[in-house]
Parts: sequence; C-alpha cells; structure tokens
Amino acid sequence: MSEQMIIEVEDLTVSFDGFKAVDALNLYFEKNACHVIIGPNGAGKTTVLDLICGRTKATGGSVKFKNKELLSMREDQIVLAGVGRKFQTPSVYEDLTVSENLELSYPKGHSVFGALIFRRDDPVQTRIQEIAETIFLEDLLDEKAAFLSHGQKQWLEIGMLLIQDPELLMLDEPVAGMSVAERKKTAELLNRIIQDRSVIVIEHDMGFVADIATRVTVLHQGKTLSEGSMERVQNDPKVVEVYLGH
Amino acid sequence: MTRSSFMTRKELIGFLILAAVIFLLLPAMLDSFRLNLFGKYLTYAFVAVGLALCWGAGGILSLGQGVFFGLGGYCMAMFLKLEASTPENTAIQSTPGIPDFMDWNQLTELPVWWQPFYSLPLALLAVLAVPVVFAFIIGFAMFTRRVGGVYFAIITQAFAAILTILIIGQQGYTGGVNGITDLRTLLGWDIRTDEAKTTLYFVNGVLLFAVLLIAQYVRKSKLGRLLIAMRDQEDRVRFSGYNVANFKIFIFCLGAAFAGIGGAMFTLQVGFMSPTLVGIVPSIEMVIFCAVGGRLSILGAVYGALLVNWAKTSFSEAFPELWLLGLGGLFIAVVMFFPNGLAGVWSEQIEPRLTKLSKRSDTATPKRAAERAPAE
Ligand SMILES: Nc1ncnc2c1ncn2[C@@H]1O[C@H](COP(=O)(O)OP(=O)(O)OP(=O)(O)O)[C@@H](O)[C@H]1O
Ligand SMILES: [Mg+2]
Repeated sequence: MSEQMIIEVEDLTVSFDGFKAVDALNLYFEKNACHVIIGPNGAGKTTVLDLICGRTKATGGSVKFKNKELLSMREDQIVLAGVGRKFQTPSVYEDLTVSENLELSYPKGHSVFGALIFRRDDPVQTRIQEIAETIFLEDLLDEKAAFLSHGQKQWLEIGMLLIQDPELLMLDEPVAGMSVAERKKTAELLNRIIQDRSVIVIEHDMGFVADIATRVTVLHQGKTLSEGSMERVQNDPKVVEVYLGH
Repeated sequence: MTRSSFMTRKELIGFLILAAVIFLLLPAMLDSFRLNLFGKYLTYAFVAVGLALCWGAGGILSLGQGVFFGLGGYCMAMFLKLEASTPENTAIQSTPGIPDFMDWNQLTELPVWWQPFYSLPLALLAVLAVPVVFAFIIGFAMFTRRVGGVYFAIITQAFAAILTILIIGQQGYTGGVNGITDLRTLLGWDIRTDEAKTTLYFVNGVLLFAVLLIAQYVRKSKLGRLLIAMRDQEDRVRFSGYNVANFKIFIFCLGAAFAGIGGAMFTLQVGFMSPTLVGIVPSIEMVIFCAVGGRLSILGAVYGALLVNWAKTSFSEAFPELWLLGLGGLFIAVVMFFPNGLAGVWSEQIEPRLTKLSKRSDTATPKRAAERAPAE
C-alpha cells in the first residue's frame, strides 16, 4: 500500500498547552493525486501542513514521505527531500524583485559556499522566464515584490514553489483574498500545475474544490470527520452539520 | 556573476570617490598627526562594514563587535609586545625577556598560549582566526537554537562585558586595565615614527578596500540576496530549502574577521590595545557608526565611521562630558529621521536633485548658446 502513497500520517498529535489542535490523526495521500483538506476555521488544517513540513514539532505520531520519516528532519531537509509549501498569507521577499524571488527558490546553490558562487546562467534565466510566464508575471520580473497586488504575491509564491519542482506540493488557501478575475486565473493555473504531481490543497471555496479534488478530507477539531470523493463528502450528514450546513 | 552585476557604474563611482578621499584628499590635507588620527577612525570602518552586512543586510544586530575588534587587536599587540620585550630591553625586570606587566604581576615564565605570538605569520593568522572562532562558537550556539533579534543583541553585549572583565581581571596575562602598551617595532621596523604611521595609514586603506571588495562581492552574490530575504521572511527562506543558521553563522564570522583586521590595524597605528576598546560602549558606538553612515550601504558605513569619530574628537576636545549625550542624541535622530543614514540622504535627497540639475543644464546649455549666438 505504501507504494502508492506519497505521505502517510499516522497517529499524529500536537498539543498546544494541553489543547490538541491535531488529535491522533491518520491520513494517507496518494501519489499524483490532488488531495483537498476542508473544514471549519480552527479545524487544524494549517497545523497539519505545519507538522508535515516541520514548522511545528509534533507531540507524537509519525509522518512518512515516500517511507521516510519527516518528523525528525529539519525544515530545509524536508524541502530538499521534495516537499514544497505555500503559506496561507502570501510570504514573498518584499525587498527583492520578482526574478530575484524566483532565483532564490531555484534548486541549486543551497549551501553557504554554493550561494556564494551561484551564477544566474542561461538555464536559470530560462527557467525563471518560463515560471514567470506560468504565473502571469513575465512583465513584472524587475518589479520589487512589495509593489505587487495581493493576488500577484500569491502567484509569485506559487511560482517560487514551482521553480523548486517539488514532488509534493502543499498549498494553503491559494485563492483566499483574491478578486473574482484573479480567482479564475488561479484556478486555471492550479489545474495546470497539479497535473502529474502530488498535491495537497487546503481550501474553503467549494466550487473550486469540486473542480480540482481527486479526494477530499474533512477535518474537524483535529480529527478526520469524513473522507472520500467530493460527492460522498458533500452528502455526508456529519459534514453538512458541522461545515457545509452554514 | 558578470562584471556589471558585481558593481554598477554608480557603485564604481562611489568606490572611486572613497578611494580619492582616503588615498589622495586626506593625506594631502592633513599633517601626519591628524592623518594617523583618521587612520585610527578608519580601523572602525572595518567593523562598520561588517555590521552593514550582518545587521543592514542580514538583520542580525550584534552589540558586541568590540569583542572581535579587541581580539584582533590583542593578537597583534601580543606579537608586538613580545618583540618589544627582548631580554636587553627588559634587563631590569626580575624575569627579563617577558612582557613588563607579567613581571609586575610576579609571573616568572611566559604562559604557553603566548608562545605562538613570537611568530608573525601565526600572529597574523590569529588576528583572523581568533575572532572567527569566537564568532563561530557564539553564532553556532545562538543561531542553531534560533535565537535572534533583541535576544541575540543582548547576548552579544553580555559577551562584550564578559571579555572586558576577563581581560581586566587576568592582569598578569593580559596587561589588565592598562592593556598592552609600549609597543615599538614590527620585525625591527619602528612603528612609532611619523613615516611609519603614514605608511601604516596607506596599508590600512588598502586593507579596507580589500574588505570593501569582499563585502561588495558578498552583497552581490546570491548569498547577499538571501541575507535580505532572511531579514524579511526567515521562514520562507527555510521553506525554500536553506539552512538559515549556516548563513547567519557565515555572515557573523565574516563580520568578525573584518573587525579583527580593524583591531590589528588599530594596534599598529595607535601603538596599544586596551579593554576600553572591547567593551559595551565601544561596541555600541560601532553600531552607531554604521547607522549614521547608513546600515544598508557598505560605503556609507565607512563615511559613518569617519564622520562620527571626527565629530567625537572635535566635540569631546571642547565638551568632554557632553559627548556621550551628543552621540546618543545623534543615534536617536538618525533612527527617527534618517533610517538609512547618510547613504540614504545621499541616494534619496541629493542624488535625484543632482541628476535633475544636470539634466536641466544639459537642455539649458544649447538653448542659451543659441540665444547668445546672434548677439555676438
Ligand atoms: N502555535 C500555536 N499555538 C497555540 N495554538 C495554536 C497554534 N497554532 C494553531 N493553534 C490553534 O490550533 C487550532 C487549529 O489552527 P489551524 O491554523 O490549523 O486552523 P485552520 O484549520 O487552518 O483554520 P483556518 O481555516 O482559519 O485557516 C486553532 O484553534 C489555533 O488557534
Ligand atoms: Mg489555516
């Protein structure tokens, strides 16, 4: 079974001063699938991603990425192992230009010495250009990230992940705070980039979820409430009661 | 990295202007006593340039750079002191051949850890290595534990205090509160003469430019951009696959190496090294040099060190008690009104006006010439 799984979360628990934000959680994410996590505010969705990528230390349990235990690894090691993460609030380097933002995420020169001798040669340049086109920012390459709109920052952060070329892509509310037009473009962008990739997305927008999800997990109070296809989950009375009902 | 990405035209002009100031203007304007004084100010510029990288670019504020300045300076002073303490020079001591302060403190033998400082190559190596090793230990202990910001600043300050206390307390080994004084020659070359001091001023200038070029390279490398990224979004850098602690340790060690060179040049030019240059007050002053010059600019840091020190000398000659107050006021004023210091004032206020002016005179000249032509 673990052959087809990219992430296996078992018995994962984290408690903040006694409050269990994630409680003995078991989750299995398949390779090359788009797995969406939904759930009410405070359900522990972001915390699950934080635990996988090492931002929050688990109290107990295990997270295996391709059969490798992640919980004992440092954040940067997890990234280099192939896990990319987009944060809920866009986090880009405001004082650097769009192309510099992308350059820093290019998967080369990650040691101190490597960074000192790193050159922005043709392959790097081409890749930056390619990604910039994918994320609709090809005309803003020399613009400081601080001057981008909220939506453009979200795209830039997605671009920073794409240039890393991770095996597993984790996106936390990628369309939150976007205008309708931006939302549509993002949906199109995400639909393109989730092909042939393992993706975990957290999202509230049900239309959007229906559009991209291969499989949906509903989280409630740190536990799985329901799991399965979008259709199944939508018709689950428990889910309707705590989440979709209002 | 291509040539142009190493230094823009504007930056090149900045470097050339500074070179002209240090190598032509100051030596032409000042007598050898004053030139030596400016040479001393420039030794602090080494520290300020390091701070521009650590603090300005990387956001790591160290209030203990005096430690590294002092360690570099002491390493140099130990060599010079041993050279000055020949058995002939120290014949009146109860143990001739050891530094005078050791003799006064009833030491009868040179401590083992002083032995390497008989060798100039080893001493020069120590000038760099000792500050770097210290910085590495502090940096490793702090940054891998994710200690940063104000906590880091306070801890570095504590180190400055501890080192001062240690030096003062271990009088027999360090010369205590007086420091290591009465330094005379470097491989037989008398460093107290005016000519020697002038030569050392130029050596200091060359070394400063070497340091500036290294700093420029680092700033323009990907590592330089990573520093800025870390300052603004440390977590994002981590989640782009970088071990943030390693980068912080590196830049902190580089700053320490720069400071160590500055300290050694201080010892050579001023002729002594003492704990008053190591402690909390000088460490904070060094941050002020950097802030006044503009903490984002490595050239600004040099001007900051020059100007504040020059002001200090002129001001404290007249009103010695008021200097610290004045310095504090200056720091507050800079932080509140000119957060980017002199470099910021230059690039935000003066430079745009200059370009506007030169553009206007460009367009104005042909017109005026055309007007004048018929009258002639
Ligand atoms: N570092 C922390 N310390 C204490 N409590 C925390 C911490 N991080 C998260 N929590 C708590 O854990 C719970 C889950 O938070 P989380 O951010 O994972 O929710 P979420 O499902 O992502 O919600 P949203 O939809 O609002 O983003 C919340 O009650 C939150 O207050
Ligand atoms: Mg969340």
